[in-house]
Amino acid sequence: MLNNMLAFLSSGENISFMLFSILIIGGAVYMISFTRVIHMVISLAFTFVSLAGLYVLLEAEFVAFVQILIYAGAISILMIFGIMMTKHGSEEEIQPARLLHNILLLAGSLGFFGIIAYAISKAEFPQAGTFNAGEDNTRAVGELLYTQHVIPFELVSVLLTVAFIGAIILAKKEEE
Amino acid sequence: MFNLITSYLILGAILFSIGLYGALSKKNAVIILLSIELMLNAVNLNLIAFSKLGVNPSLTGQIFSLFNITVAAAEAAVGIAILIALYRNRGTSEVTDMDLMKH
Repeated sequence: MLNNMLAFLSSGENISFMLFSILIIGGAVYMISFTRVIHMVISLAFTFVSLAGLYVLLEAEFVAFVQILIYAGAISILMIFGIMMTKHGSEEEIQPARLLHNILLLAGSLGFFGIIAYAISKAEFPQAGTFNAGEDNTRAVGELLYTQHVIPFELVSVLLTVAFIGAIILAKKEEE
Repeated sequence: MFNLITSYLILGAILFSIGLYGALSKKNAVIILLSIELMLNAVNLNLIAFSKLGVNPSLTGQIFSLFNITVAAAEAAVGIAILIALYRNRGTSEVTDMDLMKH
């Protein structure tokens, strides 16, 4: 057991995987346990940045920077705006605790995790070909995006435009 | 026995479970949206892990996770817009008060 652990910790990749996953799980758990809404958003932003580190470890540099730009930048700021535009005064007063609901929910989540972890530990992952990220990951992703996956790319741009126009119309003040 | 892909998949499962718990237990709608983002991030982690360590490694997993991030951004924007409109009309941001269509 100890030898196994030492062998696991002897490689730099494994050590950084450990560090990043501790940061990720820590941020997510603190998000659950904090009581103030703004602290939750900050701790989740921490999780998003650490996930970008894990992506760099998996040789997905472009996705890592997109992750930092969109999640740690845009979505966190959007959520903070959403918090500031709605009132959260009732955070401090005592609310009726939904004890039975929370216990059942905890049991359900743990059971779900147990089933998935059992399935993962039983599955066989044959070690196949080696991964080739290209000399320049951004260039390789871009070439693939504009040749092989060009139709989904255009469709996704239409989806994004429609969603943002819809968001503006929804959030706009209605005229009297 | 100790496979690297297994640890990535277990990490994704942990993240997904935490997101599921947060989405179903919190009352604030903004936090529920954030928990859904956490679950989507777990999916992205699985996609990228399989794109490097899977049976058939290729860049397609990264492309797919880019599409996933785009859809997640659209979902967050529309969700916040609905939340702001609801707050303006009914003065609440708690999901337990959003019961106009109950009964």
